[in-house]
Amino acid sequence: MQSHQFENRFQQKIDAETKIEPKDWMPDAYRKTLIRQISQHAHSEIVGMLPEGNWISRAPSLKRKAILLAKVQDEAGHGLYLYSACETLGIAREETINDLHSGKAKYSSIFNYPTLTWADIGAIGWLVDGAAILNQVMLCRTSYGPYARAMVRICKEESFHQRQGFDILLTLSNGTEAQKTMCQDAINRWWWPSLMMFGPKDSESTNSDQSMKWKIKRKTNDELRQQFVDMCAEQVKVLNMVLPDKDLQWNAARQHYDFGGIDWNEFWNVVKGNGPCNKERLAARRKAHDDGAWVREAAAAYAAKRANKQEIKAA
Amino acid sequence: MQQFIRKFYYGDIPDDISGEGLKPAQTGESAEEASWPLWEVFIRSKQGLDHKHAGSLHAADAQMAIENARDVYTRRNEGVSIWVVESKYIHASNPDDAESFYEPASDKVYRHPTFYELPEAVRNM
Ligand SMILES: [Fe+2]
Ligand SMILES: [Fe+2]
Repeated sequence: MQSHQFENRFQQKIDAETKIEPKDWMPDAYRKTLIRQISQHAHSEIVGMLPEGNWISRAPSLKRKAILLAKVQDEAGHGLYLYSACETLGIAREETINDLHSGKAKYSSIFNYPTLTWADIGAIGWLVDGAAILNQVMLCRTSYGPYARAMVRICKEESFHQRQGFDILLTLSNGTEAQKTMCQDAINRWWWPSLMMFGPKDSESTNSDQSMKWKIKRKTNDELRQQFVDMCAEQVKVLNMVLPDKDLQWNAARQHYDFGGIDWNEFWNVVKGNGPCNKERLAARRKAHDDGAWVREAAAAYAAKRANKQEIKAA
Repeated sequence: MQQFIRKFYYGDIPDDISGEGLKPAQTGESAEEASWPLWEVFIRSKQGLDHKHAGSLHAADAQMAIENARDVYTRRNEGVSIWVVESKYIHASNPDDAESFYEPASDKVYRHPTFYELPEAVRNM
């Protein structure tokens, strides 16, 4: 068969909603796109633990601490599901991780913002996990089987994340004046970066078309962002708070909320490495990896010893 | 505003100097770590049901693979039993041969109960 015949057949499968599995033939560019997307998605889960990890030891109660710990632990699991899915495409785990540590691979820019108060943990759960969920619900139907299955697993766990965040904010919004102010302040700081999580406007990004054709992505950045705005504009009312956008307004004709312009200069700045915490995040990841070296060595030594003992027993 | 980056993958992650992928691992890690094998994890969600593939992970040996699998795949009581098997021991049919490989079954419609038209009087068969 000629290579274009392979490609035609591949596209027919995609069009017929047949999932692509690891051993199936796939165009090189499809494989490459997936390796990048899945590994960077995995990195986002892992680096995403850092801003929240900052508050585990300072959570206001034992209950909140246990919840946050469980949430952050989930994110580590999400990283693992995704690294495994990525591996099915034929790339070694070490290389994926090295790419993160060398700064070669990226992660979502949202995690380069600092968590200044406890209310930020609430805002992250509600807004950042909320935005991630919309992306991930879409990806449950992505064309690559292992990626789609990882997403289904992840989405099941995510809804607790968003709820616990909203619950934190709801408690603060019913608290003292100082707590209310803290709540609004966190929303003000996290709102715009959360909108940026969906990526640049459709008119500014080129590879969406190919990803849509391959059904890796199934909704455009702008579609997802609009969905997010519509959702949050309603939910914020329950909190008796406001979103920091004076242009936010229901548009009856469109049946959607209109919203103000995003500061793309800020976005590009963070993407290029000049966000408030870019260096700190990467340094923390590298340190964790280096400090864990002895654990990995010990595990390998222990496994060797155990294998040895079994051999002696068997002999 | 710099907009020289026009390709994006997951959400807002740009394709500027992102990993190329598909090269063999180059790592400064010790050989031990690089050689931690990959394990496939199978989980029985409830007594009486089959074990089902849940995912994979790296671990130094089977015992640790099972412990890690418990930590990642059963945080919400998803399982009552875990199997792990080193990925290299899994043999799979070839998807390229799927058509001819499964073809022998496709013309044997009489293997299905719906093939037989019985009189109304024969109920619940
Ligand atoms: Fe997650
Ligand atoms: Fe999450």
